[in-house]
This record gives sequence, C-alpha cells and structure tokens, in this order.
Amino acid sequence: MTDLPRPFRPRGSIQAMNALHRVLDRKNPLWYGVAIVLRKTPPLYAAFTEVERLVKHRLFGCRMCGQCALPVTAYACPMTCPKQLRNGPCGGVAPDGSCEVYPGMRCVWLIAYERADSEGRLADMRRLQRPIDQRKWGQSSWVNYWVGEDEDLWTDEDAIADSPSLLLSPERRA
Amino acid sequence: MQSRLNGVKHADSHLQAVLQRGRFAVTAEIGPPRGANIAPIRRKAKLLRDWVDAANVTDAQSAVVRLASWAGCLVAMQEGVEPVMQLQCRDRNRIALQTDLLGAAGLEIPNVLLLTGDHPRFGDHPDAKPVFDLDSIQLIWTARTMREQRKLLSGRDLKPAPDWFIGAVENPFAPPLQWRAERLGKKIAAGAQFCQTQFIFDVKIFKQWMRHVRDLGLDKRCYILAGVGPIKSLRALEHMRREVPGMYVPDDVVQRLRGVPGDQVAAEGLKVCTEIITEVKQIPGVAGVHVMAFNWEDSIPEILERAGLSRRPVGVVVNK
Repeated sequence: MTDLPRPFRPRGSIQAMNALHRVLDRKNPLWYGVAIVLRKTPPLYAAFTEVERLVKHRLFGCRMCGQCALPVTAYACPMTCPKQLRNGPCGGVAPDGSCEVYPGMRCVWLIAYERADSEGRLADMRRLQRPIDQRKWGQSSWVNYWVGEDEDLWTDEDAIADSPSLLLSPERRA
Repeated sequence: MQSRLNGVKHADSHLQAVLQRGRFAVTAEIGPPRGANIAPIRRKAKLLRDWVDAANVTDAQSAVVRLASWAGCLVAMQEGVEPVMQLQCRDRNRIALQTDLLGAAGLEIPNVLLLTGDHPRFGDHPDAKPVFDLDSIQLIWTARTMREQRKLLSGRDLKPAPDWFIGAVENPFAPPLQWRAERLGKKIAAGAQFCQTQFIFDVKIFKQWMRHVRDLGLDKRCYILAGVGPIKSLRALEHMRREVPGMYVPDDVVQRLRGVPGDQVAAEGLKVCTEIITEVKQIPGVAGVHVMAFNWEDSIPEILERAGLSRRPVGVVVNK
C-alpha cells in the first residue's frame, strides 16, 4: 500500500469481464467450497492469491485491496485513483479529462463513467460505496467475494432517491 | 446556543435558519494564516461580520499547512461570526475525522463542510503521506450516521450524539459534465444539506448544471450556494488556471482581464465577480452565494454591496 497509485486504463472489454464474472459468480456453491478449502490451506491460499494478483494486475492495475469494486465500476479500478476514491470522480478533473495528480493520465473514474455509459450501466455509478476495510489489503478478493464477506460494499442503484444507511444492521455486520 | 434534547446536542445553525426561511444566504471564506497567530482571523471576521450569514475557515487549503480550521472557527465565533468548519479527507483517517467532527459539535461549531481535498502534490509538503481513508461521500455519510443513528462507524453509541448542518462541495465544470448533478445527488443521499460550488466564471455551464439539478429535484433537498470570487491580478489568474484543481476560467473572462491596464485588473476582476453574482442570483434553485477571495477578503464587502446584497442583521448570539 505504500506504492503511489496511478490511474490505470483497464484491459479487456466489459462484456468479457461480465462473462468472466458470471462464471465466477458466488451463487455457484462450488466456489464457496473452493474458498473454504483455500482458507483452510495457507500454501494453496498463497498460490491462489498470487495468481489472482498477476491476472488482475495485468488487466486492471489491481493493487489487491481485497474488496473488489470492479463489477460496479465497469472494471476500472478505483484503487488506482491517487485519492483512493470509491465514489469518484473528484472535482479536480482537468477539462481534458486528466487526473488532478497525474496530468498526463486520464482520470480512472472518468474512464469508469464512460465505460459504464457505453454499456448502459450508469445506474451502477449511482450506488454509494461504503468505506473499505483497510485490513484486507493483500487478501484474495475472489475468496472474500465467494464467502460473501463483501456483500454490502455498495448500496442499491436507487441510493440517490433512498438515502441509504451506511451502517448495516448488527445481524449483517461481519 | 445549543440544547440537549433526547440525547442529541443540537446545533443552532444560523446559516440553516436563513436558508430555511428562504432568504438568499451569503457565506464567505476566511483563509487562516501560516503562523501561530489568530489576529488575522479576528480582523477578517470583524470585517465580514455584518455581511455574511456564516464564514468558512479553510482546512489546509491546497495542501498547504496553515492554522487549523477548528481553531479559526473558535476565533470567528468569538468575533460574532458563525463559522463553517472545513474538514477534508487527505490528512486524516476515519478515527481522526470522527474525532474532529465530535470536537466541532462539542465546541458548538454548527456547520461543517466535508470534502476530499487536494492531493499533497499541490502543496508545500508533497513528501507527506496522503491518507484518503474515506472519500468525501463516505465522510458526509459518516457525519449523518453519527447524527441520526447516534453511532460511530465502529457501531459504538455516541452520547450525546452530535449535530451539524452538513455541507458538501461540487464542481459543475469538471468532466464528466453530464454526471456532476448526479454526483451532487449522491452527496445529498449521503447526507449533504447544503452545497458550495467551485468558482463560477462560466455562467452558461453553471446554468446547465442547475437545470439538471432542478430536474433531479436536488434543489429541494439541498441548499445550493454559488461559488464566486474576484481575480486580483494576472498572476492570480495564471495561478488559478494552472495550480488550482478544478478551476475553469473561460476565454472571454481571460481576455477581459488581459484587456485592461495592469493597475486596473483588480477593479475589473471585482466587476466580473459582481456581474456573476448578479446573474446567478436570478437562477432558480440557487439559494445563496459563497464568496472566496483568497488573500483579498477586504474586497468582499464591496463586492457584496455592488451586487445588491445588503448587510445582514447580526444573527449570531455568542455566549462566550
């Protein structure tokens, strides 16, 4: 986490990523089983996490925050934002779309917006994203996802109308 | 004046009262000094007291170390000016942010402006560690949670719970333009009750943003104060265009300022600001104006007077 994040333009089409996400969907109980085995077997977990890191870093500039927002940001990673915005973009975007901090690079949230718009998924941008757990850096976000730990990272699409609650009811808190 | 009712330490925001009554509100900014001296803040507060409903005390603006916002807010209150404490996410994690919010509530600072903040790259300490544990939307959301659910992010109870009039900022001029009204919507959903915009020099784009804001019904849920400010010199103009993130000065304003002799730029800058205020006052959904005159707070009374915004009745009663 000590590296300085720079906006990363994701590789791969959103359609391809959505297809991959459908394959890896946690609704399939197989993945839950895999996750439990991985967690119980540290050497396997380490190997799996390393593969995840290599793949996701190449595609998304992933920094292994352990709680993946990609499914609702059109696969543009918010942790590559220098301000780590989970609800971007900030107000410092230059008129040409450059990042406030790295003027030669396009704002990653602008990329997310444009990609979401092209897919008709602007509704995802309306969600409110909750604060992340800073202890999860380095963990496998896939394993966390499969065991259902990041179910409430973001709200429904109707957040703007609904004024949702940040805190979850005690039963649902991890 | 605060009351403790039902386990909540109620804020008594004059700014909120003015806005609720439908009066056009005026806020301004006080920039704290770079030194261990509160006298400049006293002077600026005294200067602005009759002209504003509340004054923001900025928080390490542009990532430059200055005297703390909360300290400046206390001084402002002593001088009879209701403060707006600014709090940004760049320098503090969620522990410090909630700590400072509680401090503000305890000190009876009634208004807070919650923002992400400029990256350290711009300031005098580019070698500092950027924190950004929360973003502005999460910070606003946290403040609302503390007030309404009376809990910290940890789930622990707050006794008594704090209360503030919660503000956000929005920049109608930064890409993606079509998204900027909805982004304000997200801040409102998180808990923003008022909004101060980034500097307006292009009224046309601002009008478009306001139209979109009204279409989404956001002006009914949040009081929008139009951000304005005078440009003092050509050097200040260049600084704004190059160094201040999110600042957009259109060509016609630039030409106007460059078209007058050097010693008249300040006067022209003041005129431009006054004209913009006069225009934005007429836009439906604009509830007030927020005047930012960095290092030139002395110009603010004249700007307001010329824009037809008269002195405010002194509304803050401070029992200190």
